[in-house]
Parts: sequence; C-alpha cells; structure tokens
Amino acid sequence: MTTDIAASLVIGAPEIMLAAGALFLLLLGTFRGDRALGGLTVGAVILFGLTALTLVDDPPGRQLAWNGLYVADSFSTYLKLLILVGASVSALLALPHLARLQSARFEYPVLLVLATLGMFMLVSANNFIALYVGLELLALASYVLASFHRDNAKSSEAGLKYFVLGALASGLILFGISYVYGFAGAVGFEEVAAALRAGQSTGVLVGLVFILAGLAFKVSAVPFHMWTPDVYEGAPTPVAAFFAAAPKVAAVGLLVRVAIDAFGGMVGQWQQIIVFMSIASMLLGAVGAIGQANLKRLLAYSSINNIGFLLIGLAAATPAGVSAMLFYLAVYMVMTLGAFLVLLAMTDADGRPLERMEDMAGLVQTRPWIATAMAVFMFSLAGIPPLFGFMPKLAIFNAAVDAGLYGLAIAGVLATVIAAFYYLRVVKTMFLDPPASAVVVPQGRFNLAMMVAAAVLVSPLGLLLIGPLTEAGRRAASALF
Amino acid sequence: MAAIGLGHYLAVSAILFTLGVLGIFINRRNIIVILMSIELMLLAVNLNFVAFSVALGDMVGQVFAMLVLTVAAGEAAIGLAILVIYFRNRGSIAVEDASMMRG
Repeated sequence: MTTDIAASLVIGAPEIMLAAGALFLLLLGTFRGDRALGGLTVGAVILFGLTALTLVDDPPGRQLAWNGLYVADSFSTYLKLLILVGASVSALLALPHLARLQSARFEYPVLLVLATLGMFMLVSANNFIALYVGLELLALASYVLASFHRDNAKSSEAGLKYFVLGALASGLILFGISYVYGFAGAVGFEEVAAALRAGQSTGVLVGLVFILAGLAFKVSAVPFHMWTPDVYEGAPTPVAAFFAAAPKVAAVGLLVRVAIDAFGGMVGQWQQIIVFMSIASMLLGAVGAIGQANLKRLLAYSSINNIGFLLIGLAAATPAGVSAMLFYLAVYMVMTLGAFLVLLAMTDADGRPLERMEDMAGLVQTRPWIATAMAVFMFSLAGIPPLFGFMPKLAIFNAAVDAGLYGLAIAGVLATVIAAFYYLRVVKTMFLDPPASAVVVPQGRFNLAMMVAAAVLVSPLGLLLIGPLTEAGRRAASALF
Repeated sequence: MAAIGLGHYLAVSAILFTLGVLGIFINRRNIIVILMSIELMLLAVNLNFVAFSVALGDMVGQVFAMLVLTVAAGEAAIGLAILVIYFRNRGSIAVEDASMMRG
C-alpha cells in the first residue's frame, strides 16, 4: 500500500488531467456559449490525445496508488487506450449531426470527457468504493447524454428509461457490495480475495450475485438488457454510437477485474452465472434483431449479441480467454463505430436522419461507397472469414474449447449463424432491393474519412494488426493472473 | 426481549430494499414514485453499510455510506432534471405514457 501522495499523483496523472480538462472546457464553454462547440470538441480530442501520451509512458508492472484504491497495470492501460479512441471518435462524429438537429450545445464534449473520466476510474478501480464512484460518474454523464436532444420526446424518454434502470442497477450493485463488505470484512479487491481464500460464506455469495446482476445491466447482458434497444433508438445517434463503444469496453473490463481479482476464489460460483448470461445474450441478441425495422434497434441487439460472445471469454476464466476478450473488444469497437458512422452519413433532403431499414434499400445504386462500407461492417460483425470480425470470434471459441466449455462454444457458433441472417438482410436490402427515397449525404468530410478508416481496419488489410493486438491483449491479460 | 442485533438491521434493510425494487416494477402511475423508490433502495443499502460497520468495528462502511448519500443527491438532481424535460415534451409523468418505443 502506498500512501505517498506525490507518487499517487504521478500514477493517477491520466485521471487528474481528464478531471482538470473537463472543468477547463466547461468554464470555456460557459464563457463562449454554444458557438464554442467545435472548438471544445477539438479541445476534448486534444485532451484525450495528451492523456493517451501519459498512458503510453507508464512504466510496466502493477502500480497501486491512493492507499490501494487505484491500480494502474497493463490491463487498465490497454482498456484506457481503447476508451480514448472510442470517446474521441464519438466526440468528432457528433459535430455535423448536432448542428443539423439544432442540438449543438457546448456540453456535449464536456459530458464526454466526464464520462471518460468515470470509465478510467472504473477500469483502474481496485476497491469497491472507487468502483462505485467511477460507475456513477459514467452513469450520470450518460443519462444526460441520452437525453441530450432535449426538445425531442423520444430522446427524453430514452434518458428517463436509462436513468431509472441505471439507478436500479446501481442499487443492486451497492446492495451486493454491502453484503460483500459485511461478510468479507473489507471493500478492497485484494482484501476480499484474501478473505475468500480464508473461507467463503453465503453472505458473500449473495453479494456476488447482486454485483453480477448490476454489472450485467451495465454491459446490457440478458436478462438485464431490456433498456438497450429503447435507449439506443431514442438517444441521438452519436450518443448511441458512444454507448455502443466506449462504456461497453469499460464495463466489460470492470466485470473482468471484479470477477478475476476480487472473486477469483469463487470461479466455480460465478462461472455458472456468466455461462447462462452469455448463452442467453448471444441467442436473444441474435433472435431479437431479426424483426427490427429500425437500424439503431438492430445495432442495439447486435451489441447484446456481441456481449454474449465477450462473456464466453470471461466464462473460460483463463488468461487466453481474457486476452481473446480484449482482442474482441478492440475489433468490435471499430466495427460498431463504423456502422454508426454509416447511419450518421444518411439523411433525407430536409436533413432529418434516416434510421429505418427501408431507407437503406438500393443504397448501392445511389451511394455505392457508403453501401460498400456498410456491407464490410455487416459482414465483419457477422464474422465472415476474410474480414477482421472473424478473428476475435475464433480466438474466443478457441479459449472456450481449451477451457472445456464445449456447450458454450457450440451455442456461440449457433448464435453466429442466426445473427448472420439479420446482418446479411441489411446487405441484401442495400444491394438487391430497388432504391427507395433519395438519400442525401450531409456535409462532414471528416466523418466520411473516419468511416473509410474504420472500413479499411476491418477489411482483410486489418489482419496485419493481429500480431500487435493479440500481443497487447496477452500482456494486458497477464496482469490479472 | 432479545437485544436488537445485526440480523434485525439486515432484515429491515432487506425489506426496505425489496420495497424499493417492487416500487420500480409494480408502480404503474407516477414517475416521481419511481424516484422515491430509488432513494429507498439506496437508503436500505446505507443502513446495511452502517450496521455492518458497527458490527465489524470498522469505519470503512460509514465512509462508504457518506459517499452513497452524496452520490444519491446528485443522482436525484439529474433524475429530476430529466423528468422536467420529459414533462415539457410530453405533458405527463404517468408511467404508462413512457412507451413511445416498444419494450
């Protein structure tokens, strides 16, 4: 345990920078008003870049700070870099969209920075108190972001639903933490793990179940997924893109850390719960998406489905499983952000966003490049081999088979086949159906550039990244075991 | 008359917590009631923390309870703010009306 404040300040530098930066951007925004949105967005991205620099500099190994409440290791560094990428892209892609909908308020980048700070605290938490504060910081910023389009009934309803269910999830997690505290006698992950080695009690098991249920809400795993489609549909599209990318990374990372670090001695108990959630999420995510006409709802079900695949890696509870998860998270984030960038690139002649499946009909004839990019993302999400999306699925199934979880691997392959149906339906609608309404591609060259970059990354060219990504994932996973 | 021990506190807080959860799911009328149920859940958790803290002779639980109180205040503020914009758009805060989107 370190109590040295100077050392803690150095180790916690990324979070401190984000916190100071958020306050600075907020002040700037208050003085300059909504016309500062563009400048603040660029400022937020620069802040994310500087934070990434402090992360890359970090010396290897496991460093504890703030009296053991905070941990920085290669696992947290990997996740934080992913979070920064997701948050930067979400900040940039929103600019043209918010301006079109008369929602261009300067708070957007500030809230993103605050949410990012919350996510950083989540993946670096080494104590249930730090976990709770990080979770709430992320959640409170997310509720506001979901209802950001405040003159829109759907957006405010999405915010309200997200708030009620998110608060319920926080309550469940807290109730679980209180039982773990009472029966293990501590709130630090290491102390809890040590207490579990000395002996397990039913009280801790009750706490574990509540904590897992609450975290399942946050990662939108079945049976606690019901908020996801509504929130994605109602929230502004850039916000939905953000929810699908960065907070998923943080919540999954947190789930892994809590399960392996704090409850590593109870693998037998939580493995069954994770296996159930994984199978249910994969199947429900695949089946639920089939009837969806709204593309944002479809992507929401797709994210539930992908969470199921990710949980396979956790159920394996091996270094190989966790490193496969980390690899999967990186690829998933690129694919899903790409799909949302395509959605953002479609408006009708009046500048209203097009979100329905039939709006995509015959897109290849009017907008061949956008249609091709969407096809790449859909094939990749479906896991069709030459594309990048296939590789992490393979790694995850490998880890499950190595851990002896054959049933889970078979369920995963089945769910992949079912899920391929609706991904391919999108492709079919774009390529084979007669063109529907005129799709206008709005201004925003930068968004198009990001879309092309994402498409190239998940195309077979991206396979060049397998080496460094798996190596980074392996190193990050080894920090936990 | 038995002395009031840890078990009694845990029972009371479990009942309060269950009431809070049920209030969120069974309540069909008013969203303000849902906000109250959320507060009830958090207070039940606080009771747990303080009871455990005293039983263990450890201060961490009370520190945690203070943090939960603070965050709960922030949560309530944001919840009410979202409720206000929701009311402005829809002119109602009945639970049944919050169903523009399926699910």
